[in-house]
Amino acid sequence: MPFSSVFLSEIVKTYNLEVVYDSGDIESRRICVADVTRPGLQLAGYYDHFGPDRIQVIGNMEHAYLDNLSPEERAKSVSALFEKNIPALIVTRDHKVHKEILDSARQFSTPVLRTSQATSDFSSELVKYLKMELAPRVSMHGVLVEVNGEGILILGESGVGKSETALEIVKRGHRLIADDQIEIRKVSETTLLGRAPDVIKHLIEIRGIGILDVKELYGVSAVKQQENIDFVINLELWDEKKTYDRLGLTEETTDILGIQVPSVTIPVGPGRNLAIIVEAAAINYRVKKMGYNAAQDLVSRVFPGKSLDG
Amino acid sequence: MTKEKIVFDCEDALQMKAVAVMIQKASQFHSTIYIVRSGRRANAKSLLGVMSLGIENGAEIEIEANGDDEKEACEALISHLKNPKIAV
Repeated sequence: MPFSSVFLSEIVKTYNLEVVYDSGDIESRRICVADVTRPGLQLAGYYDHFGPDRIQVIGNMEHAYLDNLSPEERAKSVSALFEKNIPALIVTRDHKVHKEILDSARQFSTPVLRTSQATSDFSSELVKYLKMELAPRVSMHGVLVEVNGEGILILGESGVGKSETALEIVKRGHRLIADDQIEIRKVSETTLLGRAPDVIKHLIEIRGIGILDVKELYGVSAVKQQENIDFVINLELWDEKKTYDRLGLTEETTDILGIQVPSVTIPVGPGRNLAIIVEAAAINYRVKKMGYNAAQDLVSRVFPGKSLDG
Repeated sequence: MTKEKIVFDCEDALQMKAVAVMIQKASQFHSTIYIVRSGRRANAKSLLGVMSLGIENGAEIEIEANGDDEKEACEALISHLKNPKIAV
């Protein structure tokens, strides 16, 4: 897994921050922690459990506190914070940056940035952005499509027919997110987000034809930039010795970055229309999520009063 | 698992075709084969996957094969990459 970090210059660009003091290394400064600190306690001199690798945000409260200090006290308080080697200090609400902050920034070569946004709005947006950028990630070989609002990840050996299935799914009115190589990020403990690497975005490879651009061929409504991965379909060549689920009673899951994603394994045999099977599996997953299980319904029709659990 | 490193050395104009031939070669083996470049992995049997790694001239790549014919697969890909031929 690649080491994840985001350059400070990216943050400056994304939030259109004003560079009040440029330490000269904004382009190469990396932020590796998806959290920010409002250093109220620290300015007052308390440094236990302090995370020096976080971006520090000075809001109304911190600004007013510094305002009330004498210049000497202010210099002492601020320099103690900069001494910890913080990655950057951001002042919100376009507050005036105290001279002592600039002095310390220069001394410890730490960038000072400023925004007009309110502190809580800005910090929550920044944390969300950092969480997204620093999320654990993995590349997988497969196809990601969106079928009726569900993100379906199709996995399987090379040559099993994933891309062909994706093409027909697109023709049936659904959307392609990525073919062949999917970049997956774990954006929360329950959410996986998939997208295509930029260079192969909207492209699909069909053996015998070559590379197709789905957006050029079928239009904007046939593609999507990113999608949550809700369901996994494993395609595998039909194995005579293996038994396949006939009722849909087994709850299979596939592990991606530690998240158990509901999945099914579909055997591929001659004459099976894979696209329609994938579409049916996706809709069936959706209806199960909404509380209806056809296999359960069958059990209660055959054995009135019985359920799958007992 | 068999692993081997190689530096990709191929003129730009031939690059895409050399990669396409490599994928065809990889597809002839049963083993699961990955191409790894600066921490990113792609299935060696997938054209778009390998393309997405953006392998340029002089890039160091690693071939990782896993399966009953992993040694042969690794050897075949390395020998192709050492001397890329466009025709199969």
